Amino acid sequence: MLELRNISFQVQEAGGSKEIVDDVSFTLEDGKLMVVTGPNGGGKSTIARLIMGIETPSRGQILLDGQDVTGLSVSERAKLGIGYAFQQPPRFKGLTVYRLLCLAKGSSMNRETCCEYLTGVGLCARDYLDREVDASLSGGEMKRIEIASLMVRNPKVSIYDEPEAGIDLWSFSMLVDSFNKMIRGRHESMLIISHQERIMELADEIMVVAGGKITQRGSREEILPGLLRNFQSGCAYRRGEAAL
Amino acid sequence: MSGKESAERELLRAVADLDSLPQGAYSLRRNGAGAALHSSECVTITRKEDKPGIDIHVRSAARGEKVYIPVVITDTGVEDLVYNDFYIEAGAQVEIIAGCGIHNDGGRESRHDGIHTFHVGKDASLIYTEKHYGQGDGNGKRVLNPTTVLHLEEGAQCTLDTTQIKGVDSTIRKTEAYLHKNAKLMVLEKLMTHGQQTAHSDMDVFLEGENAVAQIISRSVAREDSIQVFHPRAIGSAACKAHIQCDSIIMDRAQVRSIPEIGALHVDAQIIHEAAIGRINNDQLIKLMTFGLSEEEAEEVIINTFLQ
Repeated sequence: MLELRNISFQVQEAGGSKEIVDDVSFTLEDGKLMVVTGPNGGGKSTIARLIMGIETPSRGQILLDGQDVTGLSVSERAKLGIGYAFQQPPRFKGLTVYRLLCLAKGSSMNRETCCEYLTGVGLCARDYLDREVDASLSGGEMKRIEIASLMVRNPKVSIYDEPEAGIDLWSFSMLVDSFNKMIRGRHESMLIISHQERIMELADEIMVVAGGKITQRGSREEILPGLLRNFQSGCAYRRGEAAL
Repeated sequence: MSGKESAERELLRAVADLDSLPQGAYSLRRNGAGAALHSSECVTITRKEDKPGIDIHVRSAARGEKVYIPVVITDTGVEDLVYNDFYIEAGAQVEIIAGCGIHNDGGRESRHDGIHTFHVGKDASLIYTEKHYGQGDGNGKRVLNPTTVLHLEEGAQCTLDTTQIKGVDSTIRKTEAYLHKNAKLMVLEKLMTHGQQTAHSDMDVFLEGENAVAQIISRSVAREDSIQVFHPRAIGSAACKAHIQCDSIIMDRAQVRSIPEIGALHVDAQIIHEAAIGRINNDQLIKLMTFGLSEEEAEEVIINTFLQ
């Protein structure tokens, strides 16, 4: 179980400090899938980076299975079972996809197993295992390899930061299927930052973050219909009141 | 086994992956003198009469034969200058594994200057692998200055794979290549320096024949207070293609300079150069740390894979 207690994160700007995340508290139960959504710049990715230990909160506590991990490094949190898939994954010259997946796993893996993970994110595996994770891959390919690298780890808590970004529709469909398979009967929990209705439909819980605060939180049934209505009603074009 | 024998074994393993003298043709040079030499059916190795070094003749019938020509220096104060000439007949296919290891426990400089000239015949294929390595606790410097000259005849192909990873205090590398019609050259240069080491690499590639192709990939890591200077140069005087890619990771207080020169002396010469020098990207470190690696382990993975 992952718990955030009164987490805040400030950055220094000209003229003072700015609260990017403001007193955020929530619990992610084992085996649950939480989708975090909300406007761009609202603090979602920062919350994910705070959980992984990439950023350090200015206040508050983060607990994993009751253990306070707030002061632990990224590596220590990874060993305890927190995993994170970057929104914009870095590229590595000379590092092959196969080696990256083995590093993610923490041990060597047979190539067939690697292929299964890559197929799960819509990549024709044999074409990719020996390719380098460098600028020769497109943004969408990088993104799918990033997602596969977190699936390989299968940590207690997986955090995916906008997994749909840059992925074509066909691959997105395969990705949704993969998430769907992963969540059935699992003990591990997932936190997915997403704006996609099809991913929200998989969620046990949905949390809306805006202006660094949690503005809504509840079960999918409670939150999703309202979000969809707001989107429809907030858009003049969709209401049929404006032309393009 | 004496300390020197043991050091020699370590060096041979490091520069040529050898645990004992190999099968087939080979030449072993030790402390500035020829130590062992063996020819095979397709590869003849002879000592030069007029100066230090060997002549290697590879017959057309050679098909992928491996020829080992390692050099080891275990004495301090050795100054070794050697001229090796390679004549690879038309159609031959050969792999030459060179390499120099210096173990210097003394206070005087040990140095090996290897001048290698290759004549690669029509449609012949050469893979030339060269590893440089130094070790030992003495104050005496370990210096390696290789010069490699490649003449590629029509349709000849050559892969030049050079590696210097550790222990060489100073190196001045000079590589010259002349490519005739349809010749192909691939150069892979991997270099890591640390401490107060210096490395200077000059590479001149002249594409003189129609459809000549050269690809040069140089990757280096400069650590601590070391200094690296690269001067790759590609000049095309026919319809040809050349691509030079130099990437360096800079760390600590190191300095890296890259001074490229590309020249087209023909309207259909396509010559490209790309160069980048930068520190290890923080996101790369964090990404690997999310796999449970420490920062130091992540750094080693990034460096090792970059140089592979």
